[in-house]
Amino acid sequence: MTVAVRVIPCLDVDAGRVVKGVNFVDLRDAGDPVELAAAYDEAGADELTFLDVTASSDDRGTMLDVVRRTAETVFIPLTVGGGVRKVADVDVLLRAGADKVGVNTAAIARPELIAEIAERFGRQVLVLSLDVRRTPAGTETDSGFEVTTHGGRRGTGMDAVGWAARAAELGAGEILLNSMDADGTKSGFDLELIGAVRRVVDVPVVASGGAGAVAHFPPAVAAGADAVLAASVFHFGELSVGEVKDALRGAGHPVR
Amino acid sequence: MTAATAPLPRVVVLDYGSGNLRSAQRAVARAGAEVTVTDDLDAAAAADGLVVPGVGAFAACMAGIEALRAGPVIAERVAAGRPVLGICVGMQVLFEYGEEHGVVTKGLGLLPGGVTGLAAERVPHMGWNTVAPPPGSRLFAGLPADARFYFVHSYAPTDVAGLAAAGALPTTAEHGGRFVAAVERGPLSAAQFHPEKSAEAGRVLLHNWLATL
Repeated sequence: MTVAVRVIPCLDVDAGRVVKGVNFVDLRDAGDPVELAAAYDEAGADELTFLDVTASSDDRGTMLDVVRRTAETVFIPLTVGGGVRKVADVDVLLRAGADKVGVNTAAIARPELIAEIAERFGRQVLVLSLDVRRTPAGTETDSGFEVTTHGGRRGTGMDAVGWAARAAELGAGEILLNSMDADGTKSGFDLELIGAVRRVVDVPVVASGGAGAVAHFPPAVAAGADAVLAASVFHFGELSVGEVKDALRGAGHPVR
Repeated sequence: MTAATAPLPRVVVLDYGSGNLRSAQRAVARAGAEVTVTDDLDAAAAADGLVVPGVGAFAACMAGIEALRAGPVIAERVAAGRPVLGICVGMQVLFEYGEEHGVVTKGLGLLPGGVTGLAAERVPHMGWNTVAPPPGSRLFAGLPADARFYFVHSYAPTDVAGLAAAGALPTTAEHGGRFVAAVERGPLSAAQFHPEKSAEAGRVLLHNWLATL
């Protein structure tokens, strides 16, 4: 048997509350990330990702409380990303109950952060998150994809595929690949991007951005994704975790 | 309903500075135990069951165990027939040695063989996989054959025959080759996967372990 394709709902959390609309039935408080996490666990999610979008550092403690309460009630792996800038940030999140920590912008500014985190806690805790777009007219990278910051609004000129390979070499244990071109389109994952990154890394790749229908998931796995992540289609109840797994299973991919 | 009134077994999760201990504590408690997370060796020796967790590097975990002088407590418990459960690197350190990046680190040597890098296309082995328990396994009793457990590791022991020859019951899994996913030998139990992160299957396994206390 082989390891199952993971289906991962992602929650954006701001000051301890889920942002972007959530339209789950039977929840007392649809804005409570802990309750939503429990609902996704119940629905068969293989893992959960919290993205802390809290703007104010005053509210960071709130996120830790959310992580703590989630780890006490949900017994599937939890990744927490957003605002992780230094080794001490990782330590605090792991102690609160996160299993993995996502690093994005801070590693672009200072790639050694990846090695520092991997040395201290092991590479399995470190998810390197990339927000990627095709290079706009007038600019280019070797692969045609570039790393962006500020939610995809700002280009860095860094080759996205090269960065993924370097991050894996430095010690990232997993690559979370967000396609800013596909994000929000609901027209499917960016298969070309997934394939390009798959060819240069041997760590797991999580595909994100563009999911709109169950039929979009199997091609992402065929292109090389080990896991698939989505947010709004799950939150609004447009697709269930179970339906996505049925589609994957139907396409011959192992699922839990 | 004697089960409802019987006192819960007392379990210590050994805190030697490694990993997400909160999840281990809560998961074992939910499976039916009174759980304390502590670095107190007297408590670790006295508990009905001892959980040895561990994530990250083999060498770092062994350093943590040695700094706490916890090795003899673990060995004495096993020698006295008192249950110990190693999880992830907490299982790996029970073996004779671990080899990472060409560096060999001595383990506790309670189980034969070493821990080496997985020879797989995709490393770390991260996600939910099935396992093949041997007949007579108590840990996996009552679990369906297609039950999946959450793994996250780049190294594993692979000497299945050596374990069997030493009187242990090895459970295997496949990732680029066959490796040891769990071991049971008398009071010593160990899992390479994370039962505390393995949803219902993990709860059943922990409950099965608690039933041996």
